[in-house]
Amino acid sequence: MKALRVTTAVLISAVLIFPLYWMIVVAFSSRADLLGGELRLWPRALTIENFRQVLDSFPVFTWFGNSVAIALVVAVISVSCSMLGGYAFAHLRFRGSNTLFLISLATLMIPVQVIMVTLFKLVTSMGLYGSYWAVILPTSASAFGVFLARQFILSIPRDLIEAARIDGAGHFKTFTRIVLPLSRPLLAVLFFMSLLQVWNDFAWPLIALKQNQLFTLPIGLVYLQGQFGSDFGGTMAFALINVTPMIVLFMIFQRYFVQGFARSGIK
Amino acid sequence: MTVSSPSGGVSTAIAPVAEARARTSTGRRLQRRKSAKKTKFAGESLAAYAFLAPNMLLLLTFVLVPLVWALVTSLQQTNGFGAGVFVGAANYVQLFTDPLFWRSTLNTVLFTIIVTPASMALGLGIAVLLNSVLPARGVFRSIMIAPMAISGVATALMGLLLFDENSGVLNKVLESVGLPAISWQSGGTAAFASVVLVTLWWRVGFNMLIYLAGMQSISPELYEAAKLDGAGPWHRFRYVTVPLVGPSSFFLLILNVIYSFQVFDIIFVMTGGGPRNATSVLVTYAYDQGFVTRDQGYAAAIGMVLLVVMLIFTAVQWRFNTSRDVVE
Repeated sequence: MKALRVTTAVLISAVLIFPLYWMIVVAFSSRADLLGGELRLWPRALTIENFRQVLDSFPVFTWFGNSVAIALVVAVISVSCSMLGGYAFAHLRFRGSNTLFLISLATLMIPVQVIMVTLFKLVTSMGLYGSYWAVILPTSASAFGVFLARQFILSIPRDLIEAARIDGAGHFKTFTRIVLPLSRPLLAVLFFMSLLQVWNDFAWPLIALKQNQLFTLPIGLVYLQGQFGSDFGGTMAFALINVTPMIVLFMIFQRYFVQGFARSGIK
Repeated sequence: MTVSSPSGGVSTAIAPVAEARARTSTGRRLQRRKSAKKTKFAGESLAAYAFLAPNMLLLLTFVLVPLVWALVTSLQQTNGFGAGVFVGAANYVQLFTDPLFWRSTLNTVLFTIIVTPASMALGLGIAVLLNSVLPARGVFRSIMIAPMAISGVATALMGLLLFDENSGVLNKVLESVGLPAISWQSGGTAAFASVVLVTLWWRVGFNMLIYLAGMQSISPELYEAAKLDGAGPWHRFRYVTVPLVGPSSFFLLILNVIYSFQVFDIIFVMTGGGPRNATSVLVTYAYDQGFVTRDQGYAAAIGMVLLVVMLIFTAVQWRFNTSRDVVE
């Protein structure tokens, strides 16, 4: 029984890891090997020729910097907004609470593609087009983040919050001194989810960032693929540059994930 | 979130008055004298609005305003990026006789009803496996959720690398064992299948993760009790695990449907909607109309239809699902 379970797990893992493995193999294979046409599960010789070529031909470092800057700013704004909103929905009583909560959840269902034309016009008329803000502001509002934060903060005992209030702490102080310190797993999840989402976002940045110099990595990746055609070596080298930081962060953060989700009542 | 308690009722009733008063210092003093309790709740309302303001402002400006604007645009005949002329429901009428629109709708729905149950079933299965006694569980878990961290674009490019008709691994493997190669790019069904498979690869980890989180809250004693009652592994799965991860299932159902209706990156990069529109979905079609053909009114109308279809789907799920209460 146990042997069967281990075998199944190994098989599933092998299937899931293969595309990643293959991307790495192709990224480090020489042009000759790739054009050879025969299937080699391990390249004859490892080479960084593909990486060098991509770095020489495209402003990869600029794109990388753009991605880092945009992702960090969005993550900070989005996590702050989500935590504040989540606290209000979880522990404050006010008129219109249910309505506002439902409205913000409903916005989850509005795909960016439904509003992209008018969002584009809006961003242009605000004078943001052609700047990082064109991507940052529209992606910073997170209904999902507020929802997750509310669920998690609800699990913080009300008595604890009441106690702080009785001791004379204002709402903001209660929030920063009681709620935030108890929300570390949630903060980790929210921050990382936000980072991940922005880092990997494609549809909206594709529309909002027309200039080559402002591209984020996924846009650069598609642009580069258009230039390289079916030169998979170069494309995969760049894809690897795109995915590595998030995979590494993911491995570090992942133990918080199960914890964060489990305590958010989504179980 | 309930405001049904008596005090809650009071707080909501007096909130606007209290807010108006709080604007002047005399008002504030007056209010303090009148009732400490009222002040507390008025303060609570104000604090709540202040806490919510940043997020609500962003949602209002960058989601709701463009949405209303899109609704208006969908009633207009537009040309390029200039102002439009109102034409009433003409764009919507045109949709009815547009075969590409119907094809895209069909593909979107088909994609959703294949991908949603498949990724949930696979996710649940793997979660059960990882929740059992297994050496190196952490390693297996890391591997299985790794695709979650990869961008849609990179995923799609990896998909091309595997599914490419001429140089892809899959066809080479098929040929090496004497099977005919599959036309992943030129055959409609095969192209659709390749998009579905790549999406599943990308999404199964997330489903597994949510189910795994859900299973952690199931008490082991329940399984012991079921065992004592003579339930085999299948019965324990069917009558203990499945009902108790109901809230996870509901959450995942909604999210998978939303994500499936919005599928874009994978299709845009892998097939571009082809061959012969076999993988065209509403979102790629709306993108083409809005930013390639530049018929914005029409693009907005397609977007509105997508939104309505999604809302109906979600409303039906909400109506018929009994475990939603536990999520709330």
